[in-house]
Amino acid sequence: METVFHFAIFVLAIFVGYYVVWSVTPALHTPLMAVTNAISSVIIVGALIAAASQAAGPAGADINTWIAKGAGAIASALAAVNIFGGFMVTRRMLAMYKKKEKKIEGGAH
Amino acid sequence: MELITLAYLVSGVLFILALRGLSSPETSRQGNLYGMVGMAIAVGVTLIALLINNALDPVTIVLILVGIAAGGTIGTVVARKVSMTAMPQLVAAFHSLVGMAACMVAIGALYAPRAFHIDNGLDGIKLQSIIELALGCAIGAITFTGSVIAFAKLNGNMSGAPIILPARHLLNIALGVGIVVLIGIMIATDGRASWAFWGIFALALILGITLIIPIGGADMPVVVSMLNSYSGWAAAALGFTLENIALIITGALVGSSGAILSYIMCKAMNRNFFSVIMGGFGGDTAAVAGGKVEARPVKTGSAEDAAFIMKNASKVIIVPGYGMAVAQAQHALREMADKLKEEGVEVKYAIHPVAGRMPGHMNVLLAEANVPYDEVFELEDINSEFATADVAFVIGANDVTNPAAKTDPTSAIYGMPILDVEKARTVLFVKRGMAAGYAGVENELFFRDNTMMLFADAKKMVEGIVKGL
Repeated sequence: METVFHFAIFVLAIFVGYYVVWSVTPALHTPLMAVTNAISSVIIVGALIAAASQAAGPAGADINTWIAKGAGAIASALAAVNIFGGFMVTRRMLAMYKKKEKKIEGGAH
Repeated sequence: MELITLAYLVSGVLFILALRGLSSPETSRQGNLYGMVGMAIAVGVTLIALLINNALDPVTIVLILVGIAAGGTIGTVVARKVSMTAMPQLVAAFHSLVGMAACMVAIGALYAPRAFHIDNGLDGIKLQSIIELALGCAIGAITFTGSVIAFAKLNGNMSGAPIILPARHLLNIALGVGIVVLIGIMIATDGRASWAFWGIFALALILGITLIIPIGGADMPVVVSMLNSYSGWAAAALGFTLENIALIITGALVGSSGAILSYIMCKAMNRNFFSVIMGGFGGDTAAVAGGKVEARPVKTGSAEDAAFIMKNASKVIIVPGYGMAVAQAQHALREMADKLKEEGVEVKYAIHPVAGRMPGHMNVLLAEANVPYDEVFELEDINSEFATADVAFVIGANDVTNPAAKTDPTSAIYGMPILDVEKARTVLFVKRGMAAGYAGVENELFFRDNTMMLFADAKKMVEGIVKGL
């Protein structure tokens, strides 16, 4: 039941994505790619869980746990590059699309 | 627990709003802010949940902090320093990181199934989770190496020409079958055969390379969009394992976003998606050009001639292409447009969907050069205006203006929607030489009476024109 519920969300989100992305103006397709990069790095939640994994027994962490923790730490770093880099570069690009004061044109008329 | 799920839902909705904001430049910055807030909520809630479960011991905290600090610093520095012309390769690099992060999360889940609540109670992993992890890892690995190749081609570390391996389709199929067999072994052993998982990882890494190397440089808009889509599906697969709504929603959004962009790019080239990803296109340029060496006369002109013609025009439409990006001519171009406007000339920009190396590439470069976005038009909005324009100023574009796409059914680009520059009274073509465009098709526009070729580096030519105005 749980799985079906998640699958339903997945399917509906594909439809939402379909309509939302078609409404994105072509001029902003590059920022769209940059920001989708940033948000897909929400995979960092999995990275954090892996990094925080604990050994089952009281004997302390075994090798498997350390592999999981290491993979989690690497994934956190990779995702963090994208989160910071993706949102910041998107912001930098979008700042360039500000409405320009038309000094030059104003002078010509 | 319910509250945590709810918080993830909120962050998923904020991500939807982030994309929604991009429907216009005015709302886009707000949208980006929503995205950041959504991400902060997702990370914050995850940390709180881990704290509640007593999973945050000092070692873990150090691991997480070091990881995020290192990644965050690199990301910040890169985002500040990267030049706008390098945006396609930056996006490819970002895709590769999402892919690798997905692989690492899958490995983490495989080695610590209890932390992810996917153990079957018998030291194994639940069937459904095995499939999700294997798929997430396989797609992530393909995204990783595929994006690295795309990066190398876009960044010039690797030639943009297609590399055709012998029996490449057979090789790809064999790799795919190998991955499926290994997934079968994973299922049969309840996920205990970790060697099979590493095998999936390795085969998928190779598959990513063999899938992308046969695709030529100018088909990269499609490839970058497609890899964008893959990174989304990889995230979604792991979202099911983590039972995380934010990740599932994001994966679906990014997956469909990339798929739609690929579709738009293919349509703009009148190419079938499968023919693009099968690759091999654009490799026979030399052969085609070599067959047609007849020297036909073309009219050439100097910067002064171009300046004179444009000064006396009442309407100029500028058509930028990848050559403008290579020459970094966008700033000089805007200066030229400013001078023309001072002379009372109406200036507009016309952008073909596949101009440049990624969707929206030209728009970003023009925005960087402070060109107001309401002077920049898409193909379908401006195409009818060429008939009333005195000058079409084509800078660094070629195939997207070739009338053969409309008139010559034997042409490789027949059926591709093009910008009707030939309808303008005069066509000025800034080009380095007479070489054919990427598709290997000669552009008959060069030989028309109303065309003047301006042979030079795009930036130098435009600077020359600015001086002449």
